[in-house]
Amino acid sequence: MSAVLPGHAHDDHADAHGHDDHHHGPPAGFMRWVTTTNHKDIGTLYLWFSFAMFLTGGMLALTIRAELFKPGLQIVNPEFFNQLTTMHGIIMVFGAIMPAFVGFANWQIPLMIGAPDMAFARMNNWSFWLLVPAASLLIISFFVPGGATAAGWTMYAPLSSQMGIGQDLAIFALHIMGASSIMGSINIITTILNMRAPGMTLMKMPMFCWTWLITSYMLIAVMPVLAGAITMTLTDRHFGTSFFNAAGGGDPVMYQHIFWFFGHPEVYIMILPAFGIVSQIIPAFARKPLFGYASMVYATSSIAILSFIVWAHHMFTTGMPAAGQLFFMYATMLIAVPTGVKVFNWIATMWKGSMTFETPMLFAIGFIFVFTMGGFTGLILAVTPIDIQLQDTYYVVAHFHYVLVAGSLFAMFAGVYYWLPKWTGHMYDEFLGKLHFWCSVVFFNLTFFPMHFLGLAGMPRRIPDYAAQFADFNAVASIGAFCFGLSQLIFLAAVIKCVKGGPKAADKPWEGAEGLEWTVPSPAPYHTFETPPQVK
Amino acid sequence: MSASHAPGTTPAYFIPAPSSWPIKGSFALFCMAIGAATWFNDLPPGYWLVIFGFAMLVYMLFGWFGTVIGESESGQYSHKVDVSFRWSMSWFIFSEVMFFAAFFGALFYARNIALPWLSDLDNKLLWPDFAGQWPTAGPEAFDKFGKMSPFPIPAINTLLLLTSGVTLTIAHHALKDNKRGVLLLFMILTIALGALFLCLQAYEYHEAYTELGLKLTSGIYGSTFFLLTGFHGFHVTIGAIMLTVIAFRCAKGHFTPDHHFAFEAAAWYWHFVDVVWLGLFIVVYWL
Amino acid sequence: MAVSTHLRKLAAQLGMAAGAAACGASAYAADMVGGPAELQLNLQRPVTDIADQIFDLHTGMLIVCLLIFIAVFAAMFYSIFAHRKDKGHKAATFHESTTVEIAWTLIPMIIVIGMAGFATRTVIAMKDTSNADLTIKATGYQWKWGYDYIKGEGEGISFYSNLSTPRAQIEGKAERGVNYMLEVDNEVVVPVNKKIRILTTADDVIHAWMIPAFGVKQDAIPGFVRDTWFKSKETGIFRGQCAELCGKEHGFMPIVVHVMSDADYTKWVADKKKEIASKQEDPNKVWTQPDLAARGKTVYENNCAACHKSDGKGTPPAFPPLDGSKTVLGPMDNQVAVELNGRPGTAMAAMGKTLSDTDIAAVVTYTRGAWSNKAAVALVQPSDIKAARAWDAAKVTALVAKPQ
Ligand code: HEA
Ligand code: HEA
Ligand code: HEC
Ligand code: CUA
Ligand SMILES: [Cu+2]
Repeated sequence: MSAVLPGHAHDDHADAHGHDDHHHGPPAGFMRWVTTTNHKDIGTLYLWFSFAMFLTGGMLALTIRAELFKPGLQIVNPEFFNQLTTMHGIIMVFGAIMPAFVGFANWQIPLMIGAPDMAFARMNNWSFWLLVPAASLLIISFFVPGGATAAGWTMYAPLSSQMGIGQDLAIFALHIMGASSIMGSINIITTILNMRAPGMTLMKMPMFCWTWLITSYMLIAVMPVLAGAITMTLTDRHFGTSFFNAAGGGDPVMYQHIFWFFGHPEVYIMILPAFGIVSQIIPAFARKPLFGYASMVYATSSIAILSFIVWAHHMFTTGMPAAGQLFFMYATMLIAVPTGVKVFNWIATMWKGSMTFETPMLFAIGFIFVFTMGGFTGLILAVTPIDIQLQDTYYVVAHFHYVLVAGSLFAMFAGVYYWLPKWTGHMYDEFLGKLHFWCSVVFFNLTFFPMHFLGLAGMPRRIPDYAAQFADFNAVASIGAFCFGLSQLIFLAAVIKCVKGGPKAADKPWEGAEGLEWTVPSPAPYHTFETPPQVK
Repeated sequence: MSASHAPGTTPAYFIPAPSSWPIKGSFALFCMAIGAATWFNDLPPGYWLVIFGFAMLVYMLFGWFGTVIGESESGQYSHKVDVSFRWSMSWFIFSEVMFFAAFFGALFYARNIALPWLSDLDNKLLWPDFAGQWPTAGPEAFDKFGKMSPFPIPAINTLLLLTSGVTLTIAHHALKDNKRGVLLLFMILTIALGALFLCLQAYEYHEAYTELGLKLTSGIYGSTFFLLTGFHGFHVTIGAIMLTVIAFRCAKGHFTPDHHFAFEAAAWYWHFVDVVWLGLFIVVYWL
Repeated sequence: MAVSTHLRKLAAQLGMAAGAAACGASAYAADMVGGPAELQLNLQRPVTDIADQIFDLHTGMLIVCLLIFIAVFAAMFYSIFAHRKDKGHKAATFHESTTVEIAWTLIPMIIVIGMAGFATRTVIAMKDTSNADLTIKATGYQWKWGYDYIKGEGEGISFYSNLSTPRAQIEGKAERGVNYMLEVDNEVVVPVNKKIRILTTADDVIHAWMIPAFGVKQDAIPGFVRDTWFKSKETGIFRGQCAELCGKEHGFMPIVVHVMSDADYTKWVADKKKEIASKQEDPNKVWTQPDLAARGKTVYENNCAACHKSDGKGTPPAFPPLDGSKTVLGPMDNQVAVELNGRPGTAMAAMGKTLSDTDIAAVVTYTRGAWSNKAAVALVQPSDIKAARAWDAAKVTALVAKPQ
């Protein structure tokens, strides 16, 4: 694997080391990656790890789509099908999307604010290396007696109480990943608040740093709550407590409240850094400063704050009182307002710019276009009566893949193409990039657009077999999914090609790009900004 | 590592050398997770793997914190690093607050929302004789149990913890005034108060099990009571361990009157544990 | 309202027409009565006032969102075409305007408040379950529905409703019927134009009771009773499915409601009551082993095979085999206790809640002699089961424990 990792051939400074026995260069080979305290190394680890998880989660998704290609049970049995959906959700959310954004944060935040590294470089290493045992637990759980947990990524009680040891492994994996997220967030907050270069006021900070600052706060606020919820599940399972058991005075719905108090902010945790990336890219390729910087900051904060008071929109069918339904409906719908502000500001940034459409820009525009469709279906789901009709149907599946795949994932692709020159020192292959983009948008929509129809017509989610009337759209979705999956191999090829070689990248390969990261050489040297730059 | 700075100068910001402590910690947690999961399900290898992992974790913590202490004492931490530590400790404590919030939330929900529902008119269909009085072990409870009373032990415990907060503050002032004897004395006093708290808590649990018949399995009341107070007790233990380490360091002559964040971090943590207890005392025992 | 009815019809027709147009291309199925249509693009045709309102709300939201979408992206694409570098467009430098920021905060705010406002009356109407003509309790089990008519005409009727699609169709060994996956052995029958209140609850995990054409979906939560209601404007058959993940057969517990005219309903009630009375068995009847085992085989297939499999091999370790099981070959009381009361904390539910004494006796008798099992005592009578139901809690706890 290390063959394809961005090598730091310019691993200079060796001369400056050696004046004291702590000060030798990084260990070579494998141990370098295991023990590293360098934010760039750790960022790289995060990114490769999350990509591996994306492929794993994707393989599970493809198995799901293969089973759903036509009615009837053909490839997997129902028990295993449920394990697949559950682990697909968990692996994609906690293994692919979240770590990938932390990878971006690791690489970019110190470079963007002019800091020598993250505030806690050693803890940073642990944040990453906690993910590996956690992911191993998840993978191992497929092979234990009873298999992986099959209670859905939401792990609702009391179904989760019926699961075997796979459930416990998932619980511990989430505990560990939660610890990793909390440490990562503390690191990011501290780096941003304490290590900005002189002159870099908060309101001069790149948007990406702002979105991550706010995301970190959300993570610190909600990851412990998830830990609490699954700890209660664990004690209900093994120690005879009755948190989620009505016979003992508890309530299964209580689990849902605690879970979604985490879960809803969690979905914004997966989109705010994406907003940040897009806010870097649009101005660069429009050659025009970000429109409404201050209002972008306020909008991001408003989304974060509102996200804490909308959780029960996932629970409209549990039978809460009308007052509760109304409150959560109104609050949820309000989130459209700050999100809209962001969309409008991006478009205003493009307006009267001087645009070019390299791959990062294509993905950023694709993001805005398709994410907004997902946002609108979210808004439709927020209307309680409509949600009651659509809850737990494929309409919801369509909604969240629009915001997660075309949202979070596309933004990450945009970010990778944007910063690859800085990371590797080479330009990526523009043809491959564009091909990746066009295949992705087309096949993405082919996969997930028909799911809206399935959901409206009443097809429930998480089922291995369905009424024959749903067959055609499912077949289309499955074909789309396989093509979409294959398209991701183009991405892999483009990245490997770029890591291995390619035209030499200038320090600032994008004409309109702004920010400190473009003032250092490409590839960024192993150590940057050891003496802080002065920002005017 | 390592920010390459000219020999003999302090780096602008300390960046640690490559370290193998994190991976050891990860391995330890991995063992503990596998161990616990198999143990709870009566599968091999079970609890000995938990013990092994835990030992490894303790070893890692000793090593890691030892390194940090070494770095700190050799003066590598600039003022900026100190500020970083302050931010990080505050946000760490905030994350702990949110962890407790989940359990306080569960208690609130169970008592004020789920219980009235369970005993409302419609639910008579399922639980015809359930009265819905707090404390409850739920509509299917067989065993009788008593409610925990705020007096005398919890009240004494409140007093103990509050006093320990005061003694800790006195110790802090002594450190600032560089009065080592007073510092050490009050550190020991603080830890002793913490230990006494834990002993009383253990006694209270024993009483709950034997006299009141209140168990972890006593429905929602038992669940919330033992998990809230149990996690609190666990945090007191951690806080006491932190204070003990700090006390040893004080005895060794570590810290200076104006550079002793480790002390303050432990103190913040202790005060946090204290505040959580006040919440527990009111919500769990009183109301 | 008139306008919206019109719009709804139009939208429904659009959906249906597009579906019908493509129907010929479909390899699979014809439209289902009261269920989804082939290539259906929109919500199912509403047959209650609530579902009507939901349909309108959705159509309205869709139109507003579509308009906003078109407006916003018209601007973006115009910019993409006009303001590009290769056309020589020079970048402007503006990057701020408080006025437009306020405008594009306030206008969307007003729009969403409007949307929420329209939805409010429906939310409140959906919650009003008072003054029902008929109250039915729907209980979710892993994996079937149980119905008890508890108030109104038909009070006292109670039955279970299982998926009736044959396994062979699911496995692709037989031609699939039109109602594949959405058909049951016992339909819920209700009168037309009457307010039906459905109480939902569950026995094991959370299920959800939904009928799209009624605009009804309500979680069934174990240990709690929740309610919802509908008033169908049409007679006919309407289909839905369990809509909350409830374990492995979650996809296989459909719901079918048959709405009848008042007269038909009254007749159905009379017939159903007769049928139930005729099924009432004498719990003191003494059976022979072969008779009881034969009956037990059917009970087993319908209630146990989902987990323990027809061949008794189960899917270990989650679902243990009964073929060669220590419990089945061991003392009679233990097995009876397990099957009556379940094993707490496992998926093995208390089958005594849903099966009669005779059925339990039959299934116990059957399993003790089926496959390779040759238990020492292989016959238990319904009267023994009746006696076993009276065992006290402590005894049951001891008996259901797993043999080591
Ligand atoms: C990245 C993740 C992400 C994001 C950003 C969102 C964004 C939103 N989501 Fe989504 N959601 C999920 C991930 C996400 N969601 C997931 C994973 C689930 C399912 C979980 C599960 O059950 O497994 C889910 C489920 C879900 C539900 C529950 C469905 C159900 O199970 O019944 C609801 C209901 O209210 C909802 C609503 C919304 C809303 C209102 C937004 C809003 O934030 C969207 C706001 C954006 C816009 C509206 C578009 C842009 C705005 C404009 C152009 C301005 C003009 C607009 C107007 C004036 C209308 N979501
Ligand atoms: C967080 C992000 C995320 C992402 C990126 C995806 C990506 C995809 N998801 Fe989704 N999904 C979820 C999050 C996500 N998902 C969640 C949270 C759920 C809910 C789970 C639950 O119900 O509990 C869900 C549920 C879900 C379902 C519903 C299952 C059900 O209810 O029964 C479906 C069905 O089609 C689906 C499909 C897909 C597909 C086709 C992709 C595709 O985009 C995937 C594309 C990627 C690949 C296909 C990998 C490419 C690799 C190769 C082709 C070669 C690999 C080679 C080697 C490894 C050697 N997902
Ligand atoms: C929801 C799935 C499910 C259904 C349906 C089910 N069982 Fe079980 N059964 C289980 C599980 C799980 C266990 C194992 C419990 C344990 O871990 O001890 C079990 C255990 C048993 C045992 C004890 C086996 C042993 O070796 O200890 C018997 C006997 C049994 N079931 C009989 C039945 C009969 C008879 C029926 C139908 C009338 C039935 N079960 C229906 C899931 C089910
Ligand atoms: Cu019952 Cu899903
Ligand atoms: Cu949400």
